[in-house]
Amino acid sequence: MLFWFLAVALIASAVAVVTAAKPVYSVIALLAHFVTLAVVYVSLSAEFLAVTQILVYSGAILILFLFVIALLSSGVDSFEVGPDRLPKLPMPALFALVITLVAIVFSAAHAFAHVLPVITPTSQLAVGSAAAFGSVATFGAMLFTSQLLPFEITALILMVAVIGVVVLAGDHATLTPPDHERLRAIRRREREAILREGEAS
Amino acid sequence: MNDVLGVLPWWVVVVVKSAIVLAVVITTFAYSMLFERKVMAWMQLRPGPNRTGPWGMLQPAADAVKMMFKEDLTPLTADRFVYRLAPFLSLLAAMGAFAIIPFSEDGQGLWSVGDVNAGILFIFACTSIGIYGISLAGWASGSKFPLLGSVRATAQMISYELAMTMSVVGVLVLAGTTSLAGIVHAQHKVWYVVPQFLGFVIYIITAVAETNRAPFDLVEAETELVGGFHTEYSGLRFGLFFIAEYLNMITVACIATLLFFGGWGPLFGLVAVPGLVWFLLKAAGFLFLYIWLRTTLPRFRYDRLMAFGWKVLLPLATLNLVATAAYIALAP
Amino acid sequence: MTPYVSVAIYLGVATVASLAFCILPGLLAQPRPNATKEEAYECGVEPTSVVGGRFPVRFYLIAMLFVIFDVEAASFYPWAVQMHALRAFGLGEMVTFVVTLGIGYAFVWKKGGLQWR
Repeated sequence: MLFWFLAVALIASAVAVVTAAKPVYSVIALLAHFVTLAVVYVSLSAEFLAVTQILVYSGAILILFLFVIALLSSGVDSFEVGPDRLPKLPMPALFALVITLVAIVFSAAHAFAHVLPVITPTSQLAVGSAAAFGSVATFGAMLFTSQLLPFEITALILMVAVIGVVVLAGDHATLTPPDHERLRAIRRREREAILREGEAS
Repeated sequence: MNDVLGVLPWWVVVVVKSAIVLAVVITTFAYSMLFERKVMAWMQLRPGPNRTGPWGMLQPAADAVKMMFKEDLTPLTADRFVYRLAPFLSLLAAMGAFAIIPFSEDGQGLWSVGDVNAGILFIFACTSIGIYGISLAGWASGSKFPLLGSVRATAQMISYELAMTMSVVGVLVLAGTTSLAGIVHAQHKVWYVVPQFLGFVIYIITAVAETNRAPFDLVEAETELVGGFHTEYSGLRFGLFFIAEYLNMITVACIATLLFFGGWGPLFGLVAVPGLVWFLLKAAGFLFLYIWLRTTLPRFRYDRLMAFGWKVLLPLATLNLVATAAYIALAP
Repeated sequence: MTPYVSVAIYLGVATVASLAFCILPGLLAQPRPNATKEEAYECGVEPTSVVGGRFPVRFYLIAMLFVIFDVEAASFYPWAVQMHALRAFGLGEMVTFVVTLGIGYAFVWKKGGLQWR
């Protein structure tokens, strides 16, 4: 019962995300979506997953979205379209699409065989029977013993991401202190250009 | 008492409990505001509010009435829906934290609405939702200073949230649980402020920044940003942000008490004094600390604030937690 | 019964209370709008321009770094509560993890990504 109620809320908020009139409304709908998803996790007694969902997804990733949307689209200046830095993508896109379709077909086949009958009774039970399952401690016991390698690889990926952020977001113009000599030279050139224009006319 | 509890359906009991907690928390908010004004006045050799009732005790009621009857303005440039949603979100997130805070304990169990296993993580989740109230308010106002203020606030809050979450990990390592009650029980020998002193200091600094209080109140730096993110808000809607800010302060005071000062555990072995009294005394001490800091320290500069968070507090918090882990791993 | 049901009920009561606070001003306060009141207040002077302009990339950088380090912080909690069981093994794991991320952190610092100007 609870599951179906949440499922409807999830789908409704997901539809709202893509159909919202303003990008900020999309963010709010997505926030509602994430919080509802956390409730689903709690109903499946996946406590730690629920909290992480809120902390990481709504607490961090969505804030980034909000920054980008609220700050860019509140602006009145039109943005210059820069050169397209991405290579042409049809082939990789097609590949990704095929993989996704295969994954969907496979998981759907599995889902209708197993998952649905499992999810419904669990949500009706509403935890209780499996107090330890999904708790922070159980999660830790798994993550730091049998899943150790993926965990350490995550560290590596995160490190690459950190470096990527700086390389992408911060070119020298924004990150290094201003080069006063260079700035002065640029201003001088601009002044001279204006003077020349004046002489020409 | 127990007969009454037994007869009522369990959910009625929970609703009543929730209402009591909310009522107490809102009252605490009202009087911590008066407390702040009084203490600040005394520190600055002024009388403070003293016209409404003895010692100005009715001042909160007067303020509430004034707020409620004030005209509620919405600028035409504002996005009406988000403009109204933002204070609601702020307040709800601030109230949410009190769902799991245990105030005391007796033979029957904990004095809390629900003690969840995720404990402190639940509090952090509420905090991270609360950020939306501020960032959406600034965006929805359709005005320059609120937007600047809210962007600043958001950047400040996420930066300090990081160091804050890291600073309490040391406590989690020692206690071996995230449940608030479990952490209090783990402190029956020694309060964690002793082995986790660095973590405690980092927690207090980051928590002050997280609640946007002086000396980290750049969000509402009057000299630069007028009122910050709530410049355009008036009447009770402004009041909601105000309530949310104080509720967050009270949450921080409670969490500091629970994580580092043994919660409702007695001092000097004075078990005759009820646990609730100890808890409230300790929490009130932290609220006083807030006011003390506000009257003592000048405001930070924004670049220094960000650098302090990322370059000092974050590495220190990490160091603290690695050192704590090393102690646990290598100690017999 | 799980404590989360109690928490859900509490949140329901809190929602009702917050909603009441949000609806109250509409019932009690009399709106008497005029052109000046409906204008954005800003700093008390008439707004001279529309809200706009782009923000420094610095803010996005902070948000991105926060996302990454928040994932790191999230992985600390399950580790912390298991530390008593993991002992030296856990210490080694976490030191590896922190050092790996520390390299990224040092890179950001060196590139001036943490410098606010």
